[in-house]
Amino acid sequence: MPDATGMELLARELGERVEGCVLATRHFRGKGAIDVRPSSVVEVLRALRERGFDFLTSVHGLDYFPEEPRLGVQYELLDMSALDRLTVALRVPLEDPRVPSVTPDWPTANHQEREVFDMFGVIFDGHPDLRRILMPEDYEGHPQRRDFPVGGEPILFTHNETSSPRWFA
Amino acid sequence: MSTAQPQAASTSAYRRMEESITLSEEKVVEGSRELLTLNIGPHHPATHGVLRLLVTLDGEVVRDVKPIIGYVHTGIEKTAEQKSYWKVIPVVERMDYLSYFFNAMAYCGAVETLLEVEVPRRAQYLRVIHLELNRIMSHLVWLGTSALDLGAISVWWYCFREREMLLDLFEMSTGQRMHTRYIQVGGVAEDVPSGWIERVRAFTKVMPERAEVYGDLLNKNEILLQRLRGVCAVSQEELLALGVTGPLLRATGNPWDLRKAMPYSSYDDFDFKIPVGTQGDNYDRYAVRLAEIHESCKIIDQALDGLPEGPWITEDRKVALPPRHELATSMEALIHHFKLVTEGFRVPPGEVYYPIESPRGELACFVRSDGSSKPARVHMRDPSFVNLQATMPMVEGSLLADMVAALAMLDPVLGGVDR
Repeated sequence: MPDATGMELLARELGERVEGCVLATRHFRGKGAIDVRPSSVVEVLRALRERGFDFLTSVHGLDYFPEEPRLGVQYELLDMSALDRLTVALRVPLEDPRVPSVTPDWPTANHQEREVFDMFGVIFDGHPDLRRILMPEDYEGHPQRRDFPVGGEPILFTHNETSSPRWFA
Repeated sequence: MSTAQPQAASTSAYRRMEESITLSEEKVVEGSRELLTLNIGPHHPATHGVLRLLVTLDGEVVRDVKPIIGYVHTGIEKTAEQKSYWKVIPVVERMDYLSYFFNAMAYCGAVETLLEVEVPRRAQYLRVIHLELNRIMSHLVWLGTSALDLGAISVWWYCFREREMLLDLFEMSTGQRMHTRYIQVGGVAEDVPSGWIERVRAFTKVMPERAEVYGDLLNKNEILLQRLRGVCAVSQEELLALGVTGPLLRATGNPWDLRKAMPYSSYDDFDFKIPVGTQGDNYDRYAVRLAEIHESCKIIDQALDGLPEGPWITEDRKVALPPRHELATSMEALIHHFKLVTEGFRVPPGEVYYPIESPRGELACFVRSDGSSKPARVHMRDPSFVNLQATMPMVEGSLLADMVAALAMLDPVLGGVDR
């Protein structure tokens, strides 16, 4: 997105298509970003696809601890013919981290939404197969959250393996 | 006498965990016989890393594949949040262990965009030279191991012979063979030593000839051609929907290459072509990568010809370390050195997504800064991770042996997939 004005025009167009979806626009270091209401993300991405942003490059999560609402999900869109990029961002609170899944529309989001779920605990409603992807199936907690401690797992040695809980698992 | 036991009691926790993997619905194909579920990996030479595949077979025909990943997840993105910006570079380099210059470039590019630091021209050219050398190195490892999977052993030795030359070049210019930490925020760590440029020229002179030799060895190998031609083709639309980029996408005829489309690090100065395929089958994937080796050599030659004089790292002392000799004479240099080494530099708050073209597709680094000297979030959009989703459309309905070939042509690096 070349300038902030174009960003505003795009946001207004989106706001007309999907009622009340745009919360804010940002233009930072030559690239535009739109903050949208979490419930409207599927329609917003659909509208942007019709506008040329038909390639979803990345879906990634963030934790804005200690700000509220804490969890964020960002969708990086690419327009391959206009050579333009756009970020669609949303934030959800920790108590109710639910976002509609875009996987039915964008198959590439499948693994990436699973990663965001695994690492941040964002629940994608409508995802066909929402399971952990990188961490073990029986892992507890979401390790990329900012309040998740580092180095919290005991290291197993031969001298302490029998006294460590679940050492045999 | 009844021997049946209650289901819940007989299944162990481990068994239940295993079963949960296949919870997504099983595909029932019309007229198929009894299906067999076969586990391949996580330790298997054909999976090119610690990748586990749960394959549903109908005779020898693949009906379903579920890649199961995470075996080499090391939490690099989490580790990066604990370190100051310049200490993150060696950590992210270890993600995709075949394209370490690219990882460092994506990360440094993102931080430079946040800082609005100008990278000197010489540094940009030196980056391009190393990136392209790295691309050749990555493709050589891919070609060698893929040919090995398909039964052509000698190509592996030849590829690793040339890879050794490249690693020697890296060792000479950066001090390390792998994970070099050469690319820094604001430029590169050091100027190249004298004699290095001549050795790179010698390499770019022999490399195209050697690539021709690989082509001759493989393109006239009837066994290899039968394993590759017309096998596991996927349409361009499907690949785009799956977010696949890089040689896999170019094999279908879409010339999408970020070096041309959205140039970074002065790639627009160089004249090179983007090899594309026509069918999008395994042969095209192979041919595109082989042709890319030639194009990379061309870029390196041009970058060496036009290598500008000047500094190789930014003069901004708030970001880059002062030269060693200044420390003895300049108080400011000493203060800057101390600040950089102890606290590191602070980065203005913001979020940046910086994409580059890695050997496997769009490699992008997302960095969020909260204004402190440590990143609040580092995320790598790794092409291997995204491209791996194309496994299923590639191999569905093909033979099990072709799945091995398709996986080799997919070229996933599991260090990048799991991060």
